[in-house]
Amino acid sequence: MKYKSVFDIIGPVMIGPSSSHTAGAARIGRVARSLFGREPKWAKISFYGSFAQTYKGHGTDVAIIGGLLDFDTFDERIISSISIAQTNGMEITFIEEEAIPNHPNTAKVFIGDEHGELELVGISIGGGKIEIIELNGFELRLSGHHPAILVVHNDRFGAIASVSNILASHELNIGHMEVSRKEKGMLALMTIEVDQNIDDSVIKELEALDHVVKVAKIVD
Amino acid sequence: MFRNVAELVELASTQNKKISDIMIEQEMEVTGRSREKILEQMNVNLTVMEQAVERGLKGVTSHSGLTGGDAVLLQKYIQSGKSLCGDTILDAVSKAVATNEVNAAMGTICATPTAGSAGVVPGTLFAVRDKLNPTREQMISFLFTSGAFGFVVANNASISGAAGGCQAEVGSAAGMAAAAIVEMAGGTPAQCAEAMAITLKNMLGLVCDPVAGLVEVPCVKRNAMGAANAMVAADMALAGITSRIPCDEVIDAMYKIGQTMPTALKETAQGGLAATPTGRRLEAKIFGIPHVHGEQQ
Repeated sequence: MKYKSVFDIIGPVMIGPSSSHTAGAARIGRVARSLFGREPKWAKISFYGSFAQTYKGHGTDVAIIGGLLDFDTFDERIISSISIAQTNGMEITFIEEEAIPNHPNTAKVFIGDEHGELELVGISIGGGKIEIIELNGFELRLSGHHPAILVVHNDRFGAIASVSNILASHELNIGHMEVSRKEKGMLALMTIEVDQNIDDSVIKELEALDHVVKVAKIVD
Repeated sequence: MFRNVAELVELASTQNKKISDIMIEQEMEVTGRSREKILEQMNVNLTVMEQAVERGLKGVTSHSGLTGGDAVLLQKYIQSGKSLCGDTILDAVSKAVATNEVNAAMGTICATPTAGSAGVVPGTLFAVRDKLNPTREQMISFLFTSGAFGFVVANNASISGAAGGCQAEVGSAAGMAAAAIVEMAGGTPAQCAEAMAITLKNMLGLVCDPVAGLVEVPCVKRNAMGAANAMVAADMALAGITSRIPCDEVIDAMYKIGQTMPTALKETAQGGLAATPTGRRLEAKIFGIPHVHGEQQ
């Protein structure tokens, strides 16, 4: 079951005009922002499929930049997000890709500043609901059926145990978990699906752990 | 947890509950949140819908200038007393249009189930409100009932125009609204499902062909007709009329039609009304780009 809450259907409250192309895009941008942890200095956004064909009319461009500015779907500042971002000094590029994606509403968000970069691929599956399918070259195999968090961490012993201990202490049950890394001892990624919604306080607790770099909720 | 309409109706009928009750109980179970919190969130969504209708009835215009003001025209026409098909149905149409005009103007709305189809559920709700005088709680229940049917469609088919065409968006919204109207009017859970089936059957095959890719033409008027369709189907179901094809099979047919629908007709602005000479001309005018397809100027 991809949709699990009635509020996936009656909701979100949002700025128009499109739940998939506006609200979904804002959410993809916001996940990128929360994983990056700060406002990026530059953003290269690639649109595929229906996103590439219709992004101007749907405000997909302003929505995704709004997300990068940490605006929620109903934040009216979304409408003027591009000028707000530019005033903040963000360099923005939009690329209309011709490649045919697996999902018609696909966006690749490549952001960065002098301290780092992040690349994320998101799809907007309808009604404002999104899935993140790739992060920094790590393919994510999330069902999208349960609340999920991404934990960027240093590849050290004990890092995984410390994260699962905190989830256990809050009586959060892990339904699915994956760990991937590009090189031994370097940056790694935990993808964790749990049965219950995760409070922001738990996220903060996880982020305070040794070896944990960043935590983001990607499915509500 | 219900997986299809048959299970939803079965759950409600055997426990002698309303569809909205089943949806609320499932939400409590899945999210672990209290009934009060869940009802409160839906109340917030209801308020957003109410404000969008009010704003639209005062008159709005989109940035492109393609849509706006039709909700006002229709309200004036209703007040003239000359309407042919009845005031309640036209009121639903006008309020659906009001919501989508606000959406097109990048105003605040509540997606039901999507933004492009956000007019149908509130449009019908606020029209039957004036006829049935429901309590605030009953209006919130209306949204849970629509949500329950939308939940089944989203999980077994699609609510995305890019994946399934307009039948998946306005079609789903109209079916959801029809079911909820039936419950509010005192119909049984089975009658709710009949109303959904009758509505969706008449939305099958509807393509998503927005002019210039904007959620305006024909989206606003498709919400108008989605609302009218829902009102008529609800009355038919309440009259005791049933669908020969069960609701779940209609939903499945909608899904398969969506899969075989050409990409040009699924929210890419490449076919249908978007590709008509006028559609292309409007697109070129709005974006100031030379048009490749269609009529040359």
